[in-house]
Amino acid sequence: MIAETGLAALWLAAALALLQAFAGLGSWKSASPALASLTRPVAVAQGLLCLIAFGCLLWMFAVTDLSVLLVASNSHVDKPMIFKIAGAWGNHEGSMLLWVTILTLAGAAIALFERRLDAQTLGATLFAQSLLALGFFAFLLFSSNPFERLSPAPPSGAGLNPLLQDIGLALHPPTLYIGYVGLSVAFSFAVAALLTGKVGPAFARAMRPWVLLAWISLTLGITAGSYWAYYELGWGGWWFWDPVENASLMPWLAATALLHSVAVLANRDALRAWTIMLALVAFAMSMAGTFLVRSGILTSVHAFAVDPERGAFILTLLLLYVGSALTLFALRIGSVKEGKQFSILSREGGIVVNNIFLSVILAIVLMGTMAPLVAESMGDKISVGPPYFNKATVPIGLLLMLALMVGPLLRWRSDDKARLKRLFAPAIAAVVAVIFLALTSPQAGFWPIVALMLSAGLGVASFLPLFGRNLLRTPLPIWGMVIAHFGLAVSVAGMAAESGWTTEKLYALRPGETVSVASWSVKLEDVAPVVGDNWVAIEGRLSAKRGGFVAQLKPQTRQFSNPEQQTSEAALLTRWDGQLYAVVAPISETDLSRWQVRLWWKPFVTLIWFGGGLIALGGLIALLGRIKLPARKQNENPWVPA
Amino acid sequence: MKPKHQRLVLAVVALLALIGAGLLAASALREEASYFYTPATLAKAEVEPGKAIRLGGMVQNGSIKRDADGVTVRFIVQDRDATQQVVYRGITPDLFVEGSGVVADGRLDKNGLFVADGLLAKHDENYVPRELKDIDMTTAEHSQDTLAK
Repeated sequence: MIAETGLAALWLAAALALLQAFAGLGSWKSASPALASLTRPVAVAQGLLCLIAFGCLLWMFAVTDLSVLLVASNSHVDKPMIFKIAGAWGNHEGSMLLWVTILTLAGAAIALFERRLDAQTLGATLFAQSLLALGFFAFLLFSSNPFERLSPAPPSGAGLNPLLQDIGLALHPPTLYIGYVGLSVAFSFAVAALLTGKVGPAFARAMRPWVLLAWISLTLGITAGSYWAYYELGWGGWWFWDPVENASLMPWLAATALLHSVAVLANRDALRAWTIMLALVAFAMSMAGTFLVRSGILTSVHAFAVDPERGAFILTLLLLYVGSALTLFALRIGSVKEGKQFSILSREGGIVVNNIFLSVILAIVLMGTMAPLVAESMGDKISVGPPYFNKATVPIGLLLMLALMVGPLLRWRSDDKARLKRLFAPAIAAVVAVIFLALTSPQAGFWPIVALMLSAGLGVASFLPLFGRNLLRTPLPIWGMVIAHFGLAVSVAGMAAESGWTTEKLYALRPGETVSVASWSVKLEDVAPVVGDNWVAIEGRLSAKRGGFVAQLKPQTRQFSNPEQQTSEAALLTRWDGQLYAVVAPISETDLSRWQVRLWWKPFVTLIWFGGGLIALGGLIALLGRIKLPARKQNENPWVPA
Repeated sequence: MKPKHQRLVLAVVALLALIGAGLLAASALREEASYFYTPATLAKAEVEPGKAIRLGGMVQNGSIKRDADGVTVRFIVQDRDATQQVVYRGITPDLFVEGSGVVADGRLDKNGLFVADGLLAKHDENYVPRELKDIDMTTAEHSQDTLAK
């Protein structure tokens, strides 16, 4: 019954999406209050119905209802409860239902909370949002029905890939999806603005909190995903430039650019067409990402639950939506008047530089990600990996950091060069950092040293916007900006330290032997079998010693039973100045006298994710300021420096 | 500057930046993209030693040998027509077994030995690296014995 309830809820929601499309269209065209008052409840009801459908899915997975095809092929009775529930979205159909649920909830949230838009633009926004929903409802109902029954029901179920049986699965996909799909709101806003022609500060102020919310989730999702891959895959890497990772990075780059350009539009009424374009591109990248991840068209280490035929469906939707949005842009942008002027040496100028660098990085990542597809259509098989992406993006990313030290210091509209004198302090920090590094460890290489130098500079420069302000009266969005920019400096410092100063050692050890990695000495005490809920493992017991400090590490090689699969569970020892990362594996099935032990010392690697968290926190603080602001009705324009 | 001019200048700068990115990306791609070979296509192609490439095929039965150091593994990758010697130092992926598919990232050394710095094997029982999908069919005839689970 539960499965049928879920399916019925989905169909009803799809019907409501159709109704919303007409009502939204009507309230945009005729500005009729009756239609406008119909659109809002319909959008909310639609979101609730999807939530019910998603609840049904969770219930089916929680009780392991094996008469449902999806549960039978992706779950197993002997699985811990948290993974039974999180497993609901660890497969294609479930993850698409989550996608659609978030999409309709975003529509419901617009209907409930958006009070700044005029009725016509709101109608057009909900019209656009319902068209998006309709396409993805069709996709779910016609090609990815999560509620399909299986008769007869199998006795136990096929199980969930052990790599996914991790707390990361409970957190990473939902946050990432809120980010991906949250950008649909920006897309619908942009479409509505093109339809009504009302592009201006009021529109930008209405759109900004939505973009912020999606961007915070994307940032958190990417950060969490990176840490998850780092400890779960056991390769010691935190970013592989894998297509699936790029698929999440590209919307983030576009959303970051959008977040900044929307501030220009809100405060200064400039960059109108460009902001609209970015809003369209950001969600296009989300859909492209979904397509890349769901279709399995590119080889990926994170490709779970892929299906090429359904990829064609998503590709069609993607081309349809992006194609019609771009056509609309081309047709209507002429009627959007040009915004206000600014000099290049101004806050706007800084944001334009930021936008150009971010777009360039986006273009490079997009080219590298799609190159294998293009090459294949011409008969070559190529793979594009870290050497390409690092070479092409790192220099531009560092230039972006340089620009980031300057931009926030400048006034809107125009500023004089005297203000750049404030950069004295960050310049000192950068010079000190580079001299120290060049003297102590020149072997780290050019790029890590340059990156640390810029991190030091940005770390100081990010606080300069607070200089000369009354800290108690500084608006929250300024605090948010400062914290997010500082977070970037922290994260890049972690990346540079990890890539320049990591020590890696590989040994074959007998129990009792001691080896060293960086300043640690590590002893293999013992190797013993251990048993878990649905796995057995061999566990290496290592004791790591540095100075007077001793700690235990227990990396495992696990053998899961449903499905049959081996995974290696790395052991991590976190210290204030880095992480010791250990993996243990048998040499072969016959040689049990020695064990392969792989050790990494990664100085300050945790800063990567700590910085990512700070970036998201900065976004959250800015969002709080944006939401509270209309209630307090104080300074109209908090970003204008006093 | 007149309003129209500023808009034009911005558009031109953005366009130039994107063209620059495109050129940069294209040149980096030419240098850094690694081409995919099977043992047979690798034997025919003249790949210079040291260039990053990918090699895909089946791990030949009985070919996995471990050096005395316990961390270096040598094996032979085969397709229907040719074989290639591979050496790899490190922990092999969980599903790296004889008769199964593997994709190796690495380069040829001067003696024609493929030095792998990364191995990608199937990482769950349903997943096959995309490059190997065609190959599995052709080599199946050769390694019938290993297909039985």
